[in-house]
Amino acid sequence: MGNASSMLTQYDIEEVQQHCNHAFSQQEIVSLYERFCQLDRNNGGFISAEEFLSVPEFAVNPLSQRLLRMVDGLNFKEFVAFLSAFSPHATLHQKIEFIFKVYDSDGNGKVTFTDMLDVLRDLTGTFISEKQREQVLTDVLDEAGYTKDSLMILSDFVKILGNSGLKIEVEVPVD
Amino acid sequence: MRSPGQLKSSSSELDLDGPNIEDYLPSGSSIQEPLGKLRLRDLLDISPTLTEAAGAIVDDSFTRCFKSNQPEPWNWNIYLFPLWCFGVVFRYFILFPLRVIVLTIGWIIFLSSFIPVHSLLKGHDKLRKKLEVFVANHTSMIDFIILEQMTAFAVIMQKHPGWVGLLQSTILESVGCIWFNRSEAKDREIVARKLRDHVQGTDNNPLLIFPEGTCVNNHYTVMFKKGAFELGCTVCPVAIKYNKIFVDAFWNSRKQSFTMHLLQLMTSWAVVCDVWYLEPQTLRPGETAIEFAERVRDIISVRAGLKKVPWDGYLKYSRPSPKHRERKQQSFAESVLRRLDEK
Repeated sequence: MGNASSMLTQYDIEEVQQHCNHAFSQQEIVSLYERFCQLDRNNGGFISAEEFLSVPEFAVNPLSQRLLRMVDGLNFKEFVAFLSAFSPHATLHQKIEFIFKVYDSDGNGKVTFTDMLDVLRDLTGTFISEKQREQVLTDVLDEAGYTKDSLMILSDFVKILGNSGLKIEVEVPVD
Repeated sequence: MRSPGQLKSSSSELDLDGPNIEDYLPSGSSIQEPLGKLRLRDLLDISPTLTEAAGAIVDDSFTRCFKSNQPEPWNWNIYLFPLWCFGVVFRYFILFPLRVIVLTIGWIIFLSSFIPVHSLLKGHDKLRKKLEVFVANHTSMIDFIILEQMTAFAVIMQKHPGWVGLLQSTILESVGCIWFNRSEAKDREIVARKLRDHVQGTDNNPLLIFPEGTCVNNHYTVMFKKGAFELGCTVCPVAIKYNKIFVDAFWNSRKQSFTMHLLQLMTSWAVVCDVWYLEPQTLRPGETAIEFAERVRDIISVRAGLKKVPWDGYLKYSRPSPKHRERKQQSFAESVLRRLDEK
């Protein structure tokens, strides 16, 4: 149970920083490494889904399952890269790209009506009927000039979310 | 044509068994009430939820309660390091053997008197008649030993495996302890009944309860279980705060066994703690057991300088109930349907 940062060399820190395009400062990366080690209880070198779900605040989040698919089994370098969209230094484009990836569950670069419906279902649960969900989604798509069969790509997302003052930021606590 | 927003009522009971977590979570959780008609970008913009999730990944108030904070290394220069080495030698080769010897002699004396005395004196002490229980915050199993100095308490504990379990079934049984098992579902009712029986019994030792239900790292308090507060008797709060300069007494049961923890304590300089016996409290008229528990937790936390956290300590062993997620879903669904009808 030694001090976590002693296991992370300066070379490692720089490599991680390079990989995430300098989204985090070196101190933040050390902090994230401590956090990574704290969550990775069995020291497997990656955080499993079970270990993520042991954080109650994460487990109660409606999008936890979708995010788990993206973050399960990542090593530390990839973990930091995953979180880089949440850095205050990340560009709006990077943030929109992250949101796109959350929707695009099969990773083929296209978001379908079903994908959007799935996310809406995660967010609203049993409090809206399935039929009503489809209706709401179809209506707003219609209004924005898309149809039920439209396949959205990243540039569509950029167009829709570009001016909305998107705020996705987390602060990494640095002791 | 669009039907007016018909919200399906929640089938699950949203009444929580504890304080409202939403009051404690950092509010980014309340999706700012945007005005105007619902547009595609409002549905696609999942950023508040994502921010919460990422925030939880990066740092969360629950894991913080069970973190053993490493002390700052202070032995890093040419003068202090030899001093520290001397300290280690002294602690491991002088203090530790001394303590082991004292412990062994103590056990021999105790066991040789306990076994005959126990069979002679059973049922001859009638001390306490007052209907009261003691509650304290929990950091380690030695909390019990420290408080035992005041009077012989009966305590409620989780049955442990190994030599600790043996100790529990023989010696602790004689002070009248109650066992529980976290992993059993119906356990709560059984334990509640046992607690009630014990308190009402006239020649039982006063009951000491740790309402957190698990060891916490002495910087925070987690939710107090209401079991101790619905027995209809006075509650005497006790606050315990360990001085970390000497040793960190937090038993991180996820990281070490009790034996290792005990070894760590016995090779340290000293265990120093402050114990405050606070004003006895009773249930106020119109107060629920949960509110009473929160009020006492507040008293203890303030006295010992601990921060309050709304989580149930048992989340160490199980997942949070779906009620919390459903709450968030419900509030988002309501806002969507409300904005649907706006023009």
